[in-house]
Amino acid sequence: MTSTSVRRNKATGLVVLLAGLVITGVGYAAVTSTAEASVAMYSQTQIDQGKQLFQQGCATCHGLAAQGSSEGPSLIGVGAAAVNFQVATGRMPMAQPANQAPRKVPVYNDDQIAALAAYVASLGPGPAVPSDEDLNTTDANLAEGGVLFRTNCAQCHNFAGHGGALSNGKYAPSLMNATPRQMYEAMLTGPQNMPVFNDKTLPPAEKRAILKYINELQTAPSPGGLALGSLGPVTEGIFIWTAGLGALLAVAVWIGAKVR
Amino acid sequence: MSTVVDGVGKAIGRADDRAPISSLLKDNLRKVFPDHWSFMLGEIALYSFIILLLTGVYLTIWYQPSMQEVVYHGSYQPLVGIPMSEAYNSALHISFDVRGGLLIRQIHHWAALFFMAAMVVHMFRIFFTGAFRKPREFNWVIGGSMILIGLLEGFAGYSLPDDLLSGVGVRIVAGIIESIPVVGTYLLFFLFGGQYPGHDFIPRLYTFHVLLVPGILLASVGLHLVLIFYHKHTQYPGPGRTNDNVVGFPLFPVYTAKAGGFFFIVFGVTVLMAAFVTINPIWAYGPYVPDQVTAGSQPDWYIGFVDGALRAFPNWESENFLGHTWSWNILIPCVLMPGILVALLLSYPFLEAWITGDTREHHLLDRPRNAATRTALGAMAITFYGILVINGANDIVAQAFNLSINQLTWFTRIGVFVFPPLVFIATRRFCLGLQRRDRDLLMHGRESGQILRLPHGEFIEIHTPISDDEKAVILAKRDIAPIEAPPATDENGIATPGLRAKKWRAKLSNAYFGENVKRPTLAEIEAAEHHHHDEVAHEIDVLHEAGAPIPSELTD
Ligand code: HEC
Ligand code: HEC
Ligand code: HEM
Repeated sequence: MTSTSVRRNKATGLVVLLAGLVITGVGYAAVTSTAEASVAMYSQTQIDQGKQLFQQGCATCHGLAAQGSSEGPSLIGVGAAAVNFQVATGRMPMAQPANQAPRKVPVYNDDQIAALAAYVASLGPGPAVPSDEDLNTTDANLAEGGVLFRTNCAQCHNFAGHGGALSNGKYAPSLMNATPRQMYEAMLTGPQNMPVFNDKTLPPAEKRAILKYINELQTAPSPGGLALGSLGPVTEGIFIWTAGLGALLAVAVWIGAKVR
Repeated sequence: MSTVVDGVGKAIGRADDRAPISSLLKDNLRKVFPDHWSFMLGEIALYSFIILLLTGVYLTIWYQPSMQEVVYHGSYQPLVGIPMSEAYNSALHISFDVRGGLLIRQIHHWAALFFMAAMVVHMFRIFFTGAFRKPREFNWVIGGSMILIGLLEGFAGYSLPDDLLSGVGVRIVAGIIESIPVVGTYLLFFLFGGQYPGHDFIPRLYTFHVLLVPGILLASVGLHLVLIFYHKHTQYPGPGRTNDNVVGFPLFPVYTAKAGGFFFIVFGVTVLMAAFVTINPIWAYGPYVPDQVTAGSQPDWYIGFVDGALRAFPNWESENFLGHTWSWNILIPCVLMPGILVALLLSYPFLEAWITGDTREHHLLDRPRNAATRTALGAMAITFYGILVINGANDIVAQAFNLSINQLTWFTRIGVFVFPPLVFIATRRFCLGLQRRDRDLLMHGRESGQILRLPHGEFIEIHTPISDDEKAVILAKRDIAPIEAPPATDENGIATPGLRAKKWRAKLSNAYFGENVKRPTLAEIEAAEHHHHDEVAHEIDVLHEAGAPIPSELTD
């Protein structure tokens, strides 16, 4: 590549960056209003039922009015998305205080989860549960999703979404069991050590591209055969030292024994 | 027909008069190769290397060593429309649009892992049996160098596809080069043709990977084999095997047939693995982009120990020390540590010979127990290396076993100093225990586990003598006396030159042989046998007198 074309590339990069900033800025203003104005989605009965469920199942840690305690953070303003994510992935109610609440079979059914979300949403504005349109990936660009995924998610969740370790025993879980809604909510609310990807840093269209890519990771067959957990060279190394070398050593011993 | 054959025969005869190939062949084809499974480890490495050459040539047909930016339009959907280097584009093309391309790529990479693993295991065999001793020291040096060169070659190959993992690897290596004091930055600019990453590195790496290093390796392998041929093969101790003969099968046809068969097995296993198990899914990593990284970014296993050391090393740095910045956190684990390791590896035969003072030629292998200190040193080195390899995978280990990376780091920092010496001590004691057991076997035979109660109430255990084959194996042990420290002055009162070094040598030599259990002399064994005979005769007498039945074990 000649030096002029490099310079030209840099210039175009700058233009793209500026354009991107402008577009996301405008987009953000439009989007945040829809995302946070959704408390009205819930009925008063739902909110009341949610309050009741909350006081039975969550208040020991989060406080009677969700104001927080030494056992759990305040939930005021975390939004319906956070509740839906935490409860639908079975993370909440937390079984025992631990490094990190693991994904498990949810304790509440869909209606109860909606009620809990309604109650927490009524306490203060926060991200709403994404709608079906939010999750519609028909127009999303798969390859762009791959780039976004590798830029924003792979450093914690690994290139194939199989998860990875973080510091001090924390971990980014595998994404193989997450539903599109949970993915979207995870990005909106940034559970635990995961950063929040609000609509300013990652516009909805880009979120949908990521959903499409993760869905590809979840469903596409592995072109090269057995994927060994898609964890990179470590499992490949383990494989060569056990199965590979093991097989050849067995043959060597067999040949050695055969002739003697 | 027969005239053709005659003609060919005559032609061969005429050619043979000039270049005496047939007599050369006759001599060499009758060369004898001893037989043991552990002698086939080197063959695995050799065959993997051949597989690498063959598949590598196939890959060169389509691979484009260029960092020029192109947009992907191949058949792997999740990357269509993405800008990437031509190198990555061509590696994807090989994987998805060349017939058999993915299979060949996977064979090439699995064979690379096999190549390195087999060389390492082969080295273990050489080390623990003392096969590196005179006259084979130079072949040890060639072997050790091939591991080092293979490691660099593997790294170069791993970097060629220019995927995300490759790029991160190259980035780290660039950092390592920069950490070299004073010349680091210049070296980096020299190697990369300017700033990292630049556009020159991949093409240069390509020449290195397909031309320079395979050439060096091919020459080294050739020399290695010629030397094996020239020195003849070593053998394990056993009946009829001495330091001056070789017991085994002729090279032709027995050995060649077996070796040829084994080549196809190695090839078959590699192809099966490549057909069913993914290696280096470059499409999933995506193209290298400097601001991206994935969890589980690891090198191939053979470089893991350097990565492990880097991950464990504390973050030490001195700014402006002697006018330069010193990144101890990279320099020590990635330059000094591997440098020292390689130096020790290559010089071990000479170090050991200096310490033992053993200058004889050895064609009979040591049983690892009989070289207790060497065996313990080897176990210690493997422990050290192993801990670093595991730490190189610390995030995967943490994820798999629900551990904390931070604790693993501390475990490594402490363990790498604590465990190797412990393993040394334990291995050495274990070996000495085995030596003692061998001595007992020679002197008293094997404990049969049968207890006999003599009429006067004494209990004795019946010992059965060991077989002649077993005896031959144990008797092959040669004890060497440790080197004595010289007197400070000779008989004329003149100070011994280099006294300090000689004293050190004597100290090391004593430590090396220290508690070695002496093999009993033949006279001692004979005496013990007589004694045993007398004892048995006495027991029979006692039983006889008491009118008790005499067990058959005593009369055999
Ligand atoms: C045993 C204590 C405990 C119980 C019971 C519990 N939580 Fe939590 N909760 C926590 C802790 C600790 C955290 C913060 C750490 C985490 O996210 O894992 C948390 C975090 C949350 C968050 C995320 C807050 C944020 O900032 O995004 C939500 C939402 C939540 N809990 C909802 C609930 C709901 C709803 C229930 C009842 C069904 C519940 N929790 C029950 C301890 C508890
Ligand atoms: C800094 C590290 C980090 C990054 C970057 C990150 N995550 Fe996470 N992610 C986490 C952690 C930690 C959790 C677990 C949270 C918990 O258990 O409460 C998580 C959980 C999730 C879950 C829930 C998985 C399940 O099965 O319950 C999804 C989905 C998810 N992340 C998606 C993403 C996506 C998409 C991105 C990129 C836009 C991303 N994450 C970026 C650390 C990260
Ligand atoms: C000891 C010898 C060798 C070792 C250890 C080795 C190792 C490797 C490795 C690990 C890769 C990465 C493969 C991947 O996953 O894509 C690679 C790639 C490659 N190697 Fe080798 N190799 C060796 C010899 C050769 C030879 C002799 C050639 C050619 C004559 C060759 C040509 C290539 C090419 C063209 C690539 C890039 C193609 C691609 O990645 O798709 N290699 N090598």
